[in-house]
Amino acid sequence: MTLTAGKENFQALNASIRELLLKHDTLELDDVNGQRYIGAALPAGKTILLHGTPGNDMGAYLNGGSIEVFGNGQEATGNTMGGGKIIVHGHVGDTLGYAMRDGEIFVEKRAGCRAGIHMKEFEAMQPVVVIGGVAGAFLGEYMAGGTLVVLGLDNPEHLPIIGAHCATGMHGGRIFIRGKVPAENVSEHITVTTELDDKDRADLERIVKQYCTLFSASPEAVFSEAFTKLIPTTSRPYANLYTPN
Amino acid sequence: MNYIVPEFEIVRNARRCISCGKCVEQCPYGVHSFDKDGKTVLADDSKCVACHRCVAVCPTHAIQIVKYEDAYKPHANWTPQVQKEILKQAETGGVLLSGMSNNKPYPIYWDKMLLNASQVTNPSIDPLREPMEIRTYLGRKPDKIEFDENGAMKTVMPPQIRLETPIMFSAMSFGSISFNAQKTLALAARELGTLFNTGEGGMHPGLKEFGDCAVVQVASGRFGVHKAYLDNSRFIEIKIGQGAKPGIGGHLPGEKVTVEVSNARMIPAGSDAISPAPHHDIYSIEDLRQLIWSLKEATEYQKPVAVKIAAVHNCAAIVSGVARAGADIIVMDGFRGGTGAAPTRIRDNVGIPIELALAAVDQRLRDESIRNSVSLVVSGSFRNSADIVKAIALGADAVYVATAPLIAMGCHMCQQCHTGKCSWGIATQRPELTERLNPEEMYPRVVNLISAWNHEMKEMLGGMGLNSIDSLRGNRLMLRGIGLTDKELEILGIAHAGE
Repeated sequence: MTLTAGKENFQALNASIRELLLKHDTLELDDVNGQRYIGAALPAGKTILLHGTPGNDMGAYLNGGSIEVFGNGQEATGNTMGGGKIIVHGHVGDTLGYAMRDGEIFVEKRAGCRAGIHMKEFEAMQPVVVIGGVAGAFLGEYMAGGTLVVLGLDNPEHLPIIGAHCATGMHGGRIFIRGKVPAENVSEHITVTTELDDKDRADLERIVKQYCTLFSASPEAVFSEAFTKLIPTTSRPYANLYTPN
Repeated sequence: MNYIVPEFEIVRNARRCISCGKCVEQCPYGVHSFDKDGKTVLADDSKCVACHRCVAVCPTHAIQIVKYEDAYKPHANWTPQVQKEILKQAETGGVLLSGMSNNKPYPIYWDKMLLNASQVTNPSIDPLREPMEIRTYLGRKPDKIEFDENGAMKTVMPPQIRLETPIMFSAMSFGSISFNAQKTLALAARELGTLFNTGEGGMHPGLKEFGDCAVVQVASGRFGVHKAYLDNSRFIEIKIGQGAKPGIGGHLPGEKVTVEVSNARMIPAGSDAISPAPHHDIYSIEDLRQLIWSLKEATEYQKPVAVKIAAVHNCAAIVSGVARAGADIIVMDGFRGGTGAAPTRIRDNVGIPIELALAAVDQRLRDESIRNSVSLVVSGSFRNSADIVKAIALGADAVYVATAPLIAMGCHMCQQCHTGKCSWGIATQRPELTERLNPEEMYPRVVNLISAWNHEMKEMLGGMGLNSIDSLRGNRLMLRGIGLTDKELEILGIAHAGE
């Protein structure tokens, strides 16, 4: 089933999408031109294949569904995502996967600022975000769980792989960064280590392979450079901030 | 040496004390203990917070808590409180943290406004024998209503919330208060035909059956926010700010994140639950618009979306922007609003009184001809029904209350919520303390309180010759100021008594 978005208003477009997905499990969207909130709270078993440029908050509160974008994503892709999968064959803007609790996001190229902030995990819910290119400032800020991977591929300008203030207030989860990590961009209270344990290696292997399959990259090339792990030094960064009065 | 003089002293009447040990067992602050003889009961005054649990449970009324008499040398500026706070910070280097609401003697404008009543002309109405309408609808109202040739309404009404009273229960998260305290409010809300608010901590599975009387909150940490949570509600409230701590976020320390709290918030037990001041996807009114509409899309336009802000200096302009961003309900919390924990300096010094903020906001929305498009809910210390009647006359559609129902269920205002040791089972997660609050026993007291306020509101309305609360909304002619300056009267938009 194919639907052409064209210049349709977001409200009407999303209503049409919801209606079509009642009858079909997969919907192909053509000529998307910045309409917001596409696939908001999309349930499990439903897939949107999107051609063009979706607007902000694509896949917000994603509820188990899948969205594959053949183009670039904009801001707040996968906002407060609760499960499912988002694949972007291109770049994304700021605030990727804000507070996501479960599911996977694979971005082929770069992500803007504040990617993966407030990411959480809970029991079997272990969210994963992979950024194929470089990431902007405030990556993983207030991160409380899950796994963030930045590969820094295709970086002819030699931009730092992570922007400033990476992992400020991080108190859970893991960030894996491939290659050299600019130490000045990593916040205090973060342990930076190249020593990966068995689980780290197994998870990375699996995640990188998925990325390579999706975007036709070579795992050997990706693993040609070592990964560094960022984890919080304490799960209680602000434990001694207050005095009862 | 860091001796802080105790605030209170335990006076135990030795002739009455039967050494039963109730006080020892019930005090979560460790004030009472048995001496070596196993009989004499001792007290460590320095630990007493005057929660009055021991006084209430002592079977022989042997205990009295009095203000500690050891006098600091008096100083009008460097009061004992000021000195104690300095000593605490010298000892720990920490930010002072307090519970409950602003505890400074700022003006209370509710007490400087008087209501009208009818005499002779436009006679007063007796609510005991005539219908008196306090039912309240919240939600965006259309700019116009269209009908077809048969007289049927063509306009699709945005979702509306029907309340049987203009009083709702404010946001208090599971984590800041106990499950039993939340359930007490949920049971009372259901019986009263009003709503309770989950706060930003997600919803405890034990409250899922109360979705029909629940407001669910979405704050910057997005704890427990998912599709089913949003759907299981009457409306969704985006929390931008809180009156007790405008401009700063929430922070539930790891020690309060028990297994149960972690289940509702959907984070690992023992980890800090941090809700920073800003939503990191909101840096402008346009971004707020985006969150509002993403929530509407996610719930398929079935739920009104509210935005809660703290009453601050420029609230009139801010509320105007929030209304235009698409909020259906705007909640404004004044600087006397309560909290489970707030930095003392913020609680006592930031924000403005809700009375002034409400008057300014209602006027601004009227001036811009958009007042009809949003509902205005205010909170921030409603102590009785008269405060609420005055708020509605100033322009509020409804109010949120929290401290008053907490007092109805046992709170003694000891202001130690932030310690998590609430001896009355309200602001605590300790099982031995939360079991002290039985929701089935306590909720009728909350119902009693609000029912009494409902009746009082009807009496005041009737006295004014009004038979519907809608006739009072924004009807400032029913208010007069007493002892207020011209500027205060101008902001409140009311005349002085005698005028």
